[in-house]
Amino acid sequence: MSDFEPKIIAFCCQYCAYSAADMAGSMRLQYPTNVEIVLIPCTGRFDMLFALKAFEGGADGVYVAGCLEGTCHFLDGNIRAKKRVNYLRNELKNMGVEEERLRMYNLSASQGPRFMEIAYEFTDLIKQLGPSPFKKKDAA
Amino acid sequence: MIIAERKPFEELKGFVADKKKVLVVGCRGCVTVCNAGGTKEVGILASELRLDAGKDGRELTVDEHTLERQCDPEYIEELVEMVGKNYDAILSMACSVGPQFISTRYPDQTVYPSLNTLFMGGALQHGIWAERCQGCGNCVIHNFGGMCPVARCAKSLQNGPCGGSANGVCEISKEVDCIWHLIATKMMETGKVETDFAPVQPIKDWSTSRDGGPRKVVREDLVK
Repeated sequence: MSDFEPKIIAFCCQYCAYSAADMAGSMRLQYPTNVEIVLIPCTGRFDMLFALKAFEGGADGVYVAGCLEGTCHFLDGNIRAKKRVNYLRNELKNMGVEEERLRMYNLSASQGPRFMEIAYEFTDLIKQLGPSPFKKKDAA
Repeated sequence: MIIAERKPFEELKGFVADKKKVLVVGCRGCVTVCNAGGTKEVGILASELRLDAGKDGRELTVDEHTLERQCDPEYIEELVEMVGKNYDAILSMACSVGPQFISTRYPDQTVYPSLNTLFMGGALQHGIWAERCQGCGNCVIHNFGGMCPVARCAKSLQNGPCGGSANGVCEISKEVDCIWHLIATKMMETGKVETDFAPVQPIKDWSTSRDGGPRKVVREDLVK
């Protein structure tokens, strides 16, 4: 499975991760094309259905990227998102799927290089895990 | 409201293991408010069932629908068209009243409860719900400073705490307040011990509670 190129959906807060992605672009930093960014106004807007629909749509991994804890533009949107991510990670485990396929990251708008690192880190992780078991039936 | 929580995924998965087409039905009543069986929870369960079936290589179609209430025949009637689509099973996400109403109205359908119905209570804060009423059929909370010893005392004691009350908590768990501690404290603080608290409660007539068997209310002025 060395040629496996995962499909990854990243739900990015407009105040931090999305801006960091912009900065990564301005800095001409390369990050894996596997990562498809979805802009959300705050990770507090992240809904568990977003991730489930992403998996239904063929994503191999999903991550939510919000502001550093304590710096949310709306006070606690990122904390709420973390709780939802953790809840859903537990649900994935109950379904017999690696919970690592869903993660929460925190970074600030000024961390363009960190955005790149996260994209590489998560893509490598999903490459190690292999294709999403949710779509194995289609692959067979 | 009625407080419920979703059954473990494993159990729900078992319900649909040999099914090809199921309908998940939510309720916009109490279970929407306690985040157990509203439109959002229907979406999450349906999505999880689809994903899980895909993972196991099973064919499974999962449709979603949410009714205004599942404890009223007029809303259950809305399902007529959907039931005509030949589902192998209906998973009701209402309290346990809902699946009973659905299976009575559509006797040929296999209906499963997707929630465990827990108690009548309220939200202490978002995400935390606590029991407040046991439906004994003869409310007496005015005798106890507005707190119910029937629902909130582990033994439903009517005349003071038992020996298991220590430091304000019940012996069954440190998480459970001794309601008699709260009642006595409030009565003393508000100076109502002598006036409102003096009468010893007579032996409670439990015939209006579950002891009298399943209950029914008939309002002649409303019945057609």
